[in-house]
Amino acid sequence: MYVVVVGAGEVGTAIATSLSENHDVAVVDTDESRVESLVYDADVLGVEGDGTDLDVLEEANVEDADMVIASTDADETNIIVCSTAKAVSSAFTISRVKSAKYLRTWQHSDVAFGVDHMVGTNVLTAETIVRVVGLPAARDVQLFADGLVQMAEFTIPESSPVAGMTVREADQYDSLTFAAVLGEDDVVVPRGETVLSVGDAVIVIGSPESVQTFSHALAPDSDGTPNVLVVGGSDVGYHTARLLQERGLKPRLVERDHDRARELAELLEGTTVLESDATDREFLEREHIEAVDIVVTVLENDEKNLLASLIAKSAGAKRAIAVVDSAEYVDLFETVGVDAAINPRETTAEEITRFTRERHAENVAIIETDRAEVLEITVDEDSVLAGRPIRESIADLPDGVVVGAITRNGEFVVPRGDTVVEVGDHVIVFVDAASLAEATSKL
Amino acid sequence: MPWTPSTYVDYRVSVAYVGTVLKYIGVTPLFPLALALYYGEDPLPFLAGSVVMVGLGALLERADTGGELGNREAFLLVSLSWLVVPLVGTVPYLVAGTGTVAAPVDALFESMSGFTTTGATVLGVISVERHGHAMLMWRQLTQWLGGMGILVLMVAILPKLSVGGAQVINQEAPGLDLEKLTPRIQETARALWAIYAAFTVLAAAVYYALNVAGVAPEMDLYNAVAHALTTLPTGGFSPKGRSVEAFSPVVQWAVIPFMLVAGTNFALFWYVLEGEPERLTRNTEFRSYLLAVVGFGAVVSAVLFAGVGLAETPTNVGTIPGNVEDALRQGLFQVVAIVTTTGYASMDFNTWDASAQTILLFAYFLGGSAGSAAGSIKIVRWVLVKRAVGRSLFTSVHPDAVRAIRLEDVVDEETIRDVLVFVLLFLGLFAASTMLLYLDSFRASEVTLSGLEAMSVAIATLGNIGPGFGVVGPMNSFEPFTNASKLYMVFLMWIGRLEVLSVLVILTPSFWQR
Repeated sequence: MYVVVVGAGEVGTAIATSLSENHDVAVVDTDESRVESLVYDADVLGVEGDGTDLDVLEEANVEDADMVIASTDADETNIIVCSTAKAVSSAFTISRVKSAKYLRTWQHSDVAFGVDHMVGTNVLTAETIVRVVGLPAARDVQLFADGLVQMAEFTIPESSPVAGMTVREADQYDSLTFAAVLGEDDVVVPRGETVLSVGDAVIVIGSPESVQTFSHALAPDSDGTPNVLVVGGSDVGYHTARLLQERGLKPRLVERDHDRARELAELLEGTTVLESDATDREFLEREHIEAVDIVVTVLENDEKNLLASLIAKSAGAKRAIAVVDSAEYVDLFETVGVDAAINPRETTAEEITRFTRERHAENVAIIETDRAEVLEITVDEDSVLAGRPIRESIADLPDGVVVGAITRNGEFVVPRGDTVVEVGDHVIVFVDAASLAEATSKL
Repeated sequence: MPWTPSTYVDYRVSVAYVGTVLKYIGVTPLFPLALALYYGEDPLPFLAGSVVMVGLGALLERADTGGELGNREAFLLVSLSWLVVPLVGTVPYLVAGTGTVAAPVDALFESMSGFTTTGATVLGVISVERHGHAMLMWRQLTQWLGGMGILVLMVAILPKLSVGGAQVINQEAPGLDLEKLTPRIQETARALWAIYAAFTVLAAAVYYALNVAGVAPEMDLYNAVAHALTTLPTGGFSPKGRSVEAFSPVVQWAVIPFMLVAGTNFALFWYVLEGEPERLTRNTEFRSYLLAVVGFGAVVSAVLFAGVGLAETPTNVGTIPGNVEDALRQGLFQVVAIVTTTGYASMDFNTWDASAQTILLFAYFLGGSAGSAAGSIKIVRWVLVKRAVGRSLFTSVHPDAVRAIRLEDVVDEETIRDVLVFVLLFLGLFAASTMLLYLDSFRASEVTLSGLEAMSVAIATLGNIGPGFGVVGPMNSFEPFTNASKLYMVFLMWIGRLEVLSVLVILTPSFWQR
């Protein structure tokens, strides 16, 4: 496949780098140095220029492209890149946009602007946040098979009753699979005797109910409807509050700017909008921050998010979820006390990766930027899984592959060693990054 | 110094438009004129009325400067029209010279009460025998014209009001803001009048059908038309001295839904016709309106059923205490008649004692829906007042909270402020008027008001409702008041119909300055 990526920022770079392993990639950006460094770091064709300019796209051989990915920071640019590409090629076009208004227009027809797939960054980020809000102790949550299967990444909290147990002891759930335990720098496919230690990241795959039950077992003091405080009235903040509202929660949202606060109060009927500075301790006391279960910080920069999260936690908030714009800060945030750091660019790159899979992976979750992936695959006759018990087929697959869940005709099937996978089943598998290429070709 | 309409009020433009309005209204007495000829009654009063209206109208039209109808001119046009039209509407009464209504002040009272759909009357004896079919029809016709608004009618028929028409309707039509149903204001005005006329025809048909079916012997064709013409504008004039009490219970049940329709925002019916019935059923004001009617109706019915609300010597109570149908019908009818500001009576609620009357007095302040023919404060304003108060309570606990007040959509803060000012002004006017009317009744010997009576008179006229309690009860006449009191009530009806602010604005000096 020949892919043209327009925009060599964090998202474009991440996508181009990951695609260049298996595909031919051209990268277009107005910034020469970015193009150049990407050409050296990854095996791609670099074109310096404006991606909305047909001449520039032609220089990148857009007419031969199978896919064009517009991933610059400007919505309008991305949209025009897609339209331009459509005018001269039959490439599948993917556009990244921040604004939900373009996303809505596109969803109305699925072809608007010449865009074949649109990824709404802000909405996507908000959806990710809301999924994490729903599960105590979760750092990442993804849905598969139309929501029948959930994948979640948890960090074992200090006070957790599960801490120190072996997987066999902790595994009291019918439809839950322990897919992996991520240590400092290794990925362990757990056996019965694997011990779950404080600080370990555990990947589980199962039915939403069992994942929910497991998450409450990890943090038993977090029952009931969570009391959520959203800090920051950015577009992501707005969508987060809106989605929480739609789930029946009554979130509070803090916004410092008077006019924006008023606007949000008009848009969000079920949310209490507070006009204040979330780093003002008096304000936090007045609003009983100690009774807040989850603080979500979506302010305009990483430093403010970190500060607001830490202040809220020191004032008594039980959990903090922060948006982190720079991928390199994600680990730092989680080290100093933010319970879940969500990087919109990473989320976007993940979303775009779905469409770049060689075969029939329908849904992809990327674990910790690049350490592993969880894939949803529809089994066809060529798959090593087809028509065999899992125990047999797993022997033909590389190490680090775990079948996490199966759905058949819209029903959840618990995967056991003797479960026979049928053609047409949806299989959700965990794959270690090291085995990814080999595994995807066999599945 | 050159005359610039944008900085000064070009009052001559407004006057010219009033002339045009008069000219067209001058056609309407021809309907009672035809009726007079049919019944063999004197056609002269209506001929005179028509001639005076058209003549005066033509005269006023000559004031035209060719200037534009701006915001201030629209204010002036609306306020003036609602003063001049009722003034000229007295001509048929004066020329006929029959009964109490022949005195100039009384004629003006009756005419203003008619056009503003108040329904308060100075006629001591209201009957076809005394006044003639045609004269009473003129009286009923004034209400029908006033119900949807004479200026909405003008916008509907006059192409020259296509510019400025929206402002004119906004000043005249009750409610918060004009809802444009179509891109063109003339189309909107036509739609509103068409719905209004269609419901009137339907009401007349239903009323008369009851007669044909043999369950309403009193409801002949004349009465059916007369009551349809006074139900839909929430007017309440009846050619029967005993109002709807003169008809069988079946008729009373039939009138209730039509009063409810008249008190509903007509724009909502438009949406129903457009295939969006949920715009009606989900409308906050409509739901609150039904809730208020059912709530008040249930309380009053219960009081009547128990008999505790009735005076010790009921004169005309019938079988109410202990009779479910009776209590339910009378309670609901009276509450609907008051809330919608129709003012019909299905019984003389003067026979109720003060406790039941006091419950009813609160209903006087509710009013129907915005955009309906009803008067008084209107439900939507109370809903907004309630939400504004709720917000204030909330923000006193959470001082940083920012909250929007919404109905179907967010209501902007300016509108909230206007609503609060309106309610305050309305209640202030009510209080001051109660005092003035109370004091004036002591100056003259014919009527002496009690406190409750004075309050009921003030709200009945200011809210365009009609009957009050006691001496101004549903079966009584406003005739015994002094001319000073009656003229003051004419003023109250006038400003009440135009929602107070429209008139008060032109009475302020700043309106006339740059």
